[in-house]
Amino acid sequence: MTPVLETWQVALGALVLLINSVFSVALSLGIARTLAISALRMVLQLMLMALALRWLFAVNSPAVTLMAMTLMGCFAGYEVLLRQDRTAGRWWTGLLGTGIMLASGYVVVLPALALVLQADPWLSPRVALPMFGMVAGSALTGVALALRTMSDRVRRDARSIEARLALGQTRTQALAPVLRDAVRSGMLPTIANMASIGVVTIPGMMTGQLLADADPMQAARYQMLVMFLIAGATGLGVVAAAYAMLFRLTDDRHRLRLERLSDG
Amino acid sequence: MLIVETLGTVIGTEVSFALPDGRCQAVRGPSGSGKTRVLRAIADLDTATGRVSLDGTLREDLTAPEWRRRVRYVAAETSFWSPCLRDDLTSLGVGLAARLGLGAELLDQPVDRLSTGQRQRGALVRAMCDAPRVLLLDEPTATLDTVAASRVEEVLRAYMAQGGSIVLVTHDDDQAARLADQTLELSVP
Repeated sequence: MTPVLETWQVALGALVLLINSVFSVALSLGIARTLAISALRMVLQLMLMALALRWLFAVNSPAVTLMAMTLMGCFAGYEVLLRQDRTAGRWWTGLLGTGIMLASGYVVVLPALALVLQADPWLSPRVALPMFGMVAGSALTGVALALRTMSDRVRRDARSIEARLALGQTRTQALAPVLRDAVRSGMLPTIANMASIGVVTIPGMMTGQLLADADPMQAARYQMLVMFLIAGATGLGVVAAAYAMLFRLTDDRHRLRLERLSDG
Repeated sequence: MLIVETLGTVIGTEVSFALPDGRCQAVRGPSGSGKTRVLRAIADLDTATGRVSLDGTLREDLTAPEWRRRVRYVAAETSFWSPCLRDDLTSLGVGLAARLGLGAELLDQPVDRLSTGQRQRGALVRAMCDAPRVLLLDEPTATLDTVAASRVEEVLRAYMAQGGSIVLVTHDDDQAARLADQTLELSVP
């Protein structure tokens, strides 16, 4: 049986952070404060999440589970915004991120829950929320990277893009190389993760199931399913984000609208 | 005929002119007077007020790519994306390139090994090789020596003889006098 973890044991584990703090002071890294704040945030966030999950599991209502998923999608959208150096409008980017996270999450996770996992009830919070969390968490990295690559490359290659537009190419033709790069960079972490999983890393979900005494083969199957869903949702999200950015940074007269891109 | 009516750019200048087929309109003025802006606005690469039409067809009645295939802007600073010039040229373009001193060996060289002047001529050839009706040229010979510049002028005169029109931004008074049939003077607003 997995031993029950007490608070004092977690506190003991936190002592490892002291090593990092010693390095920070010795090497003048100046990250001790940020490290402490981040660790504190992590502790608080996980405690709050545990409390919320306890409540959600007790309520066990599909409607409430769906609302919780929506809330997670909104946070993921906000996180997409935070990861941009330049945005094509903060509201636009935040809303786009949220919309894409929700759409790609729902489109991939809900059918998987209903048709593949067939939990009872199918929208059981104990299954749906961790699944959605993992899928949205990974997809947001891809979406954020794709948006970032689009804004960086459009700015860098503006002259070449305009030369193509001047020759009579449409905006999708003129920005095709940039779009391809953005989709590729958004998908690469997921592809690399799939290739290294099981060789370099034991993924989080599988670790959790192993700690909960699950059969390793069962745990591996769950992990495979999650990875397929992550790849599907990331692919959808990344393509949608790249195209949305393409249309945002051009107009219906196929002009480049770099003025829509601003810092922060 | 290209007709530009009260074309207003972000600089604040408002210009109007009518350019018959086979003619050249020089656009002149000090730096900052908005010459490049005028060319970009005619090509519909920047938002602008006013009306622009070609042979009676309003710019807005065509899609922007269709308009730009007829009315072609060539920027002062060139930009390439294909590995070598030949990838972007039609057979008409290869012939034009030869007339501008860009032989077969230069067309196959990596673009980043070409000189600034060769790239500028390459950009002009690329813009001309599907025979647009109007060329909007922003200092097309600024980086060229006298011989190369006169070759460019020769090619432009042949283009006009076949009915093509040119709007030419140039700081070279002699070139304006040699090529242009009419001149538009801009001032700093």
